[in-house]
Amino acid sequence: MGGLGIFFAVFLSIADRKLAVKENPLIEEALSIIPGINCGACGLPSCHVFAERVVKGDVPVNLCMAGGKEVAEKLSKLLGIDTPDTEKVLAVVLCKGGTNESVQNARYIGEKTCEAANIGGGGKACIYGCLGYGDCVKACPFDAIDINDNSIPVVFYDTCVGCGKCVEACPRNIIEIHPDDQKLFVYCKNKDKGAVARKICKVACVACTLCTKDCEVEGGIEIIDNLATVNYSKCKESEAATKRCPTKCIYNDIEKNNTSKNFYVSRGKKEAV
Amino acid sequence: MNLKTFKHGIHPTYNKEFTSGKGIENCPVPKKVIIPLQQHIGRPCKPLVKKGDEVTEGQKIGDVEAFVSTPVHASITGKVTDIAPYPYPLGGMVQSIVIQRSEDISDKTSNDFNNKENSKLDISSLTSEDIRLAVHSAGIVGLGGAAFPTHVKLSPPENKEIDAIIINGCECEPYLTADDRLMVEHSEKILYGALAIMKAVNAGKIYIGIEANKKDALSLIKEKSAHFKEIQVVALQVKYPQGAEKMLIKAVLNRDVPLGGLPMDAGVVVQNVGTAFAAYNALQNKKPLTQRVVTVTGPGITEPKNLMVRIGTPFSDVIDVCGGIKEGNKKVIMGGPMMGIAQSRLDVPVIKGTSGILVLMESDTIRDFYKPCIRCAGCVDACPMKLIPYRLSDFGRFHMTEEFKEYGGMGCIECGCCSFTCPSNRPLVHWIRIGKLRLREAEKKSA
Repeated sequence: MGGLGIFFAVFLSIADRKLAVKENPLIEEALSIIPGINCGACGLPSCHVFAERVVKGDVPVNLCMAGGKEVAEKLSKLLGIDTPDTEKVLAVVLCKGGTNESVQNARYIGEKTCEAANIGGGGKACIYGCLGYGDCVKACPFDAIDINDNSIPVVFYDTCVGCGKCVEACPRNIIEIHPDDQKLFVYCKNKDKGAVARKICKVACVACTLCTKDCEVEGGIEIIDNLATVNYSKCKESEAATKRCPTKCIYNDIEKNNTSKNFYVSRGKKEAV
Repeated sequence: MNLKTFKHGIHPTYNKEFTSGKGIENCPVPKKVIIPLQQHIGRPCKPLVKKGDEVTEGQKIGDVEAFVSTPVHASITGKVTDIAPYPYPLGGMVQSIVIQRSEDISDKTSNDFNNKENSKLDISSLTSEDIRLAVHSAGIVGLGGAAFPTHVKLSPPENKEIDAIIINGCECEPYLTADDRLMVEHSEKILYGALAIMKAVNAGKIYIGIEANKKDALSLIKEKSAHFKEIQVVALQVKYPQGAEKMLIKAVLNRDVPLGGLPMDAGVVVQNVGTAFAAYNALQNKKPLTQRVVTVTGPGITEPKNLMVRIGTPFSDVIDVCGGIKEGNKKVIMGGPMMGIAQSRLDVPVIKGTSGILVLMESDTIRDFYKPCIRCAGCVDACPMKLIPYRLSDFGRFHMTEEFKEYGGMGCIECGCCSFTCPSNRPLVHWIRIGKLRLREAEKKSA
């Protein structure tokens, strides 16, 4: 038995030397740079596959969402190529109608996930708004989103890398990915007529067109299907457009200032936006 | 008596005694009706009227040029006050036409749908094309609940031969008695409607499947159909879901419908008794489908009734006719408790597929948290489609679409037998529905 053990040990160590597959050493190095959490945001099966393909040059270095700009720079230095422009992107939750603001028609007692609730419509009167069961929280690989006491998701902007997992998970398409420098958002997705929308949610867009008139950029905000919609390619920020909103559903950069994860955890859920 | 049935299935408490002995009453004409432009499976209609137009009862107000679609008709005489999205009992908002009743019409207008006198229908002069056209222009859909356009079922492709018609009088959903009462009160009309449907597809035989717990309907239909040699009444064992198309075909003819196929693949067309009644009205009285029988029942209703209701009547009006809702009610469902759809508001209208309005009390809807699956295979024994619900539900829940497809998830008829049986209270159908949605999305993407 002992002899057999020694024989196989020697055999295996020789086989290991002889049959070793030569891997590009760059892959190993690339792997050490990228976060290695297999989040899947790049669309590839794993971080190892990403490392292989980035070394081959199949995919751009800035594809790794989790790593962001820093990793892109390191990778391009490693591979000796120019760093492409990497834009920081973040997830934005475009609904503010939590339990305090919106009307509940009925109590939903089924399976407590957004996807399941959305089949029957859930209990919320607004059929466009956030259901608040936290499918986005479960989907986030970075713990960068949580449901606050008002049943609305809060994104921690110091942790979010804009991977887009929450966007996929949200059955009502409320979460969107936008560049960091986009400040102006309409935090509503309700396409009902103004009178209907106002009855069911205090912070719904009633399509009064005031913001479209106040916005400095011509055509920066448009009313599409009873909903003020920011034309993101034209208008990045506008303080004026937010001033006269009767339901206060349009904001210019309010969230990003005060929803860091530390802020949220230290102040408790109630105090967060 | 030798009762036929299918394998698997469940035996829920039927609770039909609330309304089974009560005749069909006419619901008063409502002040306002909301008529959704899509009440059927298929393409939604386009409105044919404008805001402010005067319409008369039975006037066609919505239609579209598509094969899988049916027109909608005004159910009261009055004025169109709005055309906009309105809440819909199947969830969401649907473009609807709102008609305000004219003032000169009282709310007790006579109702020729519910007149009891028997008049024979001469079908020998009608061709199958005539029948199909009449059924289509009357806006008739499957009235069992699924609301599939009837004329589509009556137009089988050339290569498929239909040799039998099954008229579905099972009404296996607990609480509901609409079909039962229709069979007792309008049995002859149903028989003539069935004969017309048979003629439309050139079949030679009609089977009328009735569950054995509807003794009055069974004996009456048997007696009335005695002199029609092509009609055979089949008594069926009381079991849920006996009234599901595929289960009914299996029980009556012992034929299997292939997975993903239609009854016409087995050479059969299945129609509800309500549909046969509507077909009779369309052919004999030239009346479009503007009313249907709705069972308003449940422990939460003060005075349960079977009502002949105009399509578009808001649920709240129908419930008021039945004395309103009791204190402590919990849940309002459109349809039966097994497959019905819980409603979050009462201003939704009665549509062509509304077979019942069920109000349950707090104590009827107690639902514990679900527990882990103990692999007892109760759901496998209960599933009438012979699927494996406990596996499918996990595939649905965790978005494993390929496995879901492989295990035949699309064959699920969402009857609810698995969730009913589960000792761990797992919402299996709910998860399978997620799987079906995901699979459909994935297939759309890849196409």
